[in-house]
Amino acid sequence: MAEDTAVLLEGKDLELWRGETRLFSKVSFQLKAGELLHIVGPNGCGKTSLLRVLCGLTLPETGEVYWQGKKLARNRANFHASTCYLGHRESLKADLTAEENLVFQLGLRCWLSPADIHGALERVGLTGRRTVPARSLSAGQKRRVSLARALASGAKLWILDEPYTNLDVAGRELVDQMMSEHLGRDGLVLLVAHQAHGVADGVRRRLELG
Amino acid sequence: MEWPGLGSAFWLQLTRDLRLAFRHIGQAANPLMFFVMVTTLFPLALSPAPELLEAIAPGVIWVSALLASLLAAESLFRQDVEDGTMEQLALSPQPLSLLLLAKTTSHWLMTGLPLVLMAPVVGHALFLPTEAIPATMLALLLATPVLSLAGAVMAALTVGLRRGGGLLSLLILPVVMPVLIFGARATDMAMQALDVSGVMYLLAAVLLLAISLAPAGMAAAMRISLD
Repeated sequence: MAEDTAVLLEGKDLELWRGETRLFSKVSFQLKAGELLHIVGPNGCGKTSLLRVLCGLTLPETGEVYWQGKKLARNRANFHASTCYLGHRESLKADLTAEENLVFQLGLRCWLSPADIHGALERVGLTGRRTVPARSLSAGQKRRVSLARALASGAKLWILDEPYTNLDVAGRELVDQMMSEHLGRDGLVLLVAHQAHGVADGVRRRLELG
Repeated sequence: MEWPGLGSAFWLQLTRDLRLAFRHIGQAANPLMFFVMVTTLFPLALSPAPELLEAIAPGVIWVSALLASLLAAESLFRQDVEDGTMEQLALSPQPLSLLLLAKTTSHWLMTGLPLVLMAPVVGHALFLPTEAIPATMLALLLATPVLSLAGAVMAALTVGLRRGGGLLSLLILPVVMPVLIFGARATDMAMQALDVSGVMYLLAAVLLLAISLAPAGMAAAMRISLD
């Protein structure tokens, strides 16, 4: 099928400056359905900044990001509806429970039944903690709530910034498993992680920064 | 790709913010406390003579309302930006201007509307004639949303700064000066039993202008702050 092999996400000649320092330049890549791009590089080389450029939070100095062949700025709502971004911060409201947080965040982007959200929380192992305010969850449990958000969002493109942080061994395996399944469903993954990931199949690629 | 409509997004954002505010009701009540305290301190500090208090009542009520909403503007977006939920709003398929307008609406319901409802009590304490109370309440009802909207635009602009408090007041004050002038004038005219409809129309026009322009300004300023 033509659509499956089409390039979905493309970055062309991206360059970003922060103050007087150039973080990166001439970064180009193409990503098709079912592919994972693993971005690696030393601390402070601009990996997170690159992800923020790719999801449209930061404007690059030069270069363009394309989603389904259209410039990001012209296609913002469509792109954001098919993207799920997991950043450094967990983006949870401390006074709301894990469930309330998900109901709100996902409610802005898709129609979900409570069962879908319970299912996602069960998958990440938080069934018993879903009515606890997020402030009393541990760092690893908060990360698992974010993973549940990615699972339930139904997004085509996952942008994961250090998803392994704070997770125990079982949690890290869960991330690998989730990514493998997502790639199997023709999803796309942009991954920033210092450690090697455990995704076996799917097309994996590496982008070295710095 | 399809996603829920604007109405349900607005409602979700509004109810989430109200729920959060009710879980911290003490913090949300701060501007109201400030308003009541300042206005009741004047009779104590000046003199409890009714003629004097009646003469200064319009000015005291309006300046306190303005300062109370200025105090509230600082906290409007800061928490959301700090815990990262604002990024997620900016990355949702919904227009950021709509979500920020919903946040501002909830903010007004928690900090602006109580000022309107408290105005009769405060007016009574300052010997404001009873005839002037309905006009003052109506004028506050039209003016406090403008204060919230103007505060929201400036708060979005300064939220990226570490110490934006002083700058925020400097930015908001000139913009809301007309509201203060017309509002105090409305109370003043009502006290002299003059026709206040002209002032009310002006305040309503300012409110319509703010509702139509401020959301776009908030969204643009917020995207810059998040960059």
